[in-house]
Amino acid sequence: MRVVLAEDLFLLRDGLVRLLEAYDFEIAAAVESGPELAKALAESSPDVAVVDVRLPPSHTDEGLQCALAARRERPGLPVLVLSQHVERLYARELLADGSGGVGYLLKDRVFDAEQFVDAVRRVAGGGTAMDPQVIQQLLSRRAADEPLGGPTPLTPRELEVLELMAQGRSNAAIAGQLVVTERAVAKHTSNIFAKLGLPVSDDDNRRVLAVLAYLDRDGR
Amino acid sequence: MGTRVRGAVVAGARGVVLAVAGLAGSITLFVVSVLSIALVPLGVGALATPSVLGLVRFWANRRRVAAAEWCGIRIPAAYRPLPPDVGGGPAGQVRRTRLVLGDPATWRDLRWLLVDMTAGCVTALLPAALMLYPLEGYAMAAGLWRAVTDGTHIGYWYAFVPISGQGSALLAALLGTVFLAVGMYAAPALLRAHFRVTRAALAPSDGELTERVRVLTETRRDAVDTSAAELRRIERDLHDGAQARLVAVGMDLGTVEALIEKDPAKARELLAQARRSSADALTELRDLVRGIHPPVLAERGLGDAVRALALRLPVPTEVDVELPGRADAPVESAAYFAVSETLTNAVKHAGAGRVWVDVRHSAGMLRISVTDNGEGGAVVGAGGGLDGIERRLGTFDGVLAVSSPAGGPTMVTMEIPCALS
Repeated sequence: MRVVLAEDLFLLRDGLVRLLEAYDFEIAAAVESGPELAKALAESSPDVAVVDVRLPPSHTDEGLQCALAARRERPGLPVLVLSQHVERLYARELLADGSGGVGYLLKDRVFDAEQFVDAVRRVAGGGTAMDPQVIQQLLSRRAADEPLGGPTPLTPRELEVLELMAQGRSNAAIAGQLVVTERAVAKHTSNIFAKLGLPVSDDDNRRVLAVLAYLDRDGR
Repeated sequence: MGTRVRGAVVAGARGVVLAVAGLAGSITLFVVSVLSIALVPLGVGALATPSVLGLVRFWANRRRVAAAEWCGIRIPAAYRPLPPDVGGGPAGQVRRTRLVLGDPATWRDLRWLLVDMTAGCVTALLPAALMLYPLEGYAMAAGLWRAVTDGTHIGYWYAFVPISGQGSALLAALLGTVFLAVGMYAAPALLRAHFRVTRAALAPSDGELTERVRVLTETRRDAVDTSAAELRRIERDLHDGAQARLVAVGMDLGTVEALIEKDPAKARELLAQARRSSADALTELRDLVRGIHPPVLAERGLGDAVRALALRLPVPTEVDVELPGRADAPVESAAYFAVSETLTNAVKHAGAGRVWVDVRHSAGMLRISVTDNGEGGAVVGAGGGLDGIERRLGTFDGVLAVSSPAGGPTMVTMEIPCALS
């Protein structure tokens, strides 16, 4: 699997390269600035891009903007965005096109190599990997008077399932975590899709849309 | 009526005194001062100038006293005090000359001398003239006209009345009465006018500047205090948080080193613990960084930073931003933390269920309003959170207005003058 990697700190870039290579990824390019990233994405057509939000020369959200631009060129280009901080605002922008293949994780998640590599693979396969902190920002609002799902709000159990879904877990993984059967999870997910008014389409896409609806809960 | 007449006569008399003094005193002093200052390069002037200018100050102070006593007009004096260690002898005198000539008040005094001998003199004479000129008109009517004409030609002009006989002399008396009447009413006002002219020339013209200096001094002190307190807080947070955790990580790793061969299972356990500690340290650093300068603010500017902030609030918050560019980083930061504090207040203290934030820039002003549907009753002052916001904005000449009737809603409006880039 070919990876384009953009990270401006040498130590971190070097560490990521070694980590990914250890798990049999092929590093198509490892770059340190926004313009280089744009060039690498256009030229080497990778299977997945791992991108730091903040990149030189502007040291603003250059990496994120590059990734979004590349996805406009090539819809569904799998991008895993890493950052020192996570914001729902950015998560929403990444998911907004609804085509999946998006990840957004704190850099700390690299500490757990297995989970991190799993997230890269999931994103490369068109799934999502949202950092649990993004989800937590939402859960802190559970008490608010705006239950998700409109007239028929999601049950606490369904919210739990949605949260794990947002992190990019499969039904099997969710079932394992919540200690229920996979069939029960499938039932919950179809309830969630119904309550959020998501049309029947391929399951992966609906999962992304459900997460997007989740993130989009209260407008701007 | 009696008091009016007395007032007018007194004003006229004082005017005469001022006019005479203005002509005699001010002209003399001006000439002497100019000579003395002109002779400074020759040395003689350096010795005489402080005394001469001391006389000028004395003269100006007399006028200040008169203004206060006669018309209640206060003319502030703003002479720089001489330092106590100027010293005596010719060297001290030279130093004194330099100090006195460096004082803007000295040059204001000299300018006033010029004004006083011209405009000041005229305004001072007017009340007296209005009092005395009518007497001549009456004298004409009483027969003085015979001294200037034999009745066949115009022998004299009383103001704009040509005197050519008894008839026109009576007219002159009539005009004199008009002058007298005007003088009765206007003399005190004219005397005040004289002192206003004096004040315009003599008073430090920059009351506004003085006020500005006061405000700047105050806001600067606040800014220094605030940043010092912030630094203390950051130091404490680092010391008790991330720093302590990194020490723990180091210790754990050291123990792992010792155990790795004897007890691999225990070593693995400690490694996991070290990893957790480092993750915790990162979390703490992240929170700390957010408190110093939120990353979204650095990456996206005020608008998106406020949006991200709103997304973190436990209550639904609508954010409306209209910013065509970015403000300077310090202004952005001050505005962000002001909004953050206001939002915290709304959620914590007002128990708001909904919040609206509006951010826009127009006519050189960044305007932010935060409205909530909480219980209201917020006040500025008494060292509350709003006080802190006011001080924070004050550094940038920003202002804060709060409308918060009991029962709500609360609307906090902030304005900061700034340009966008």
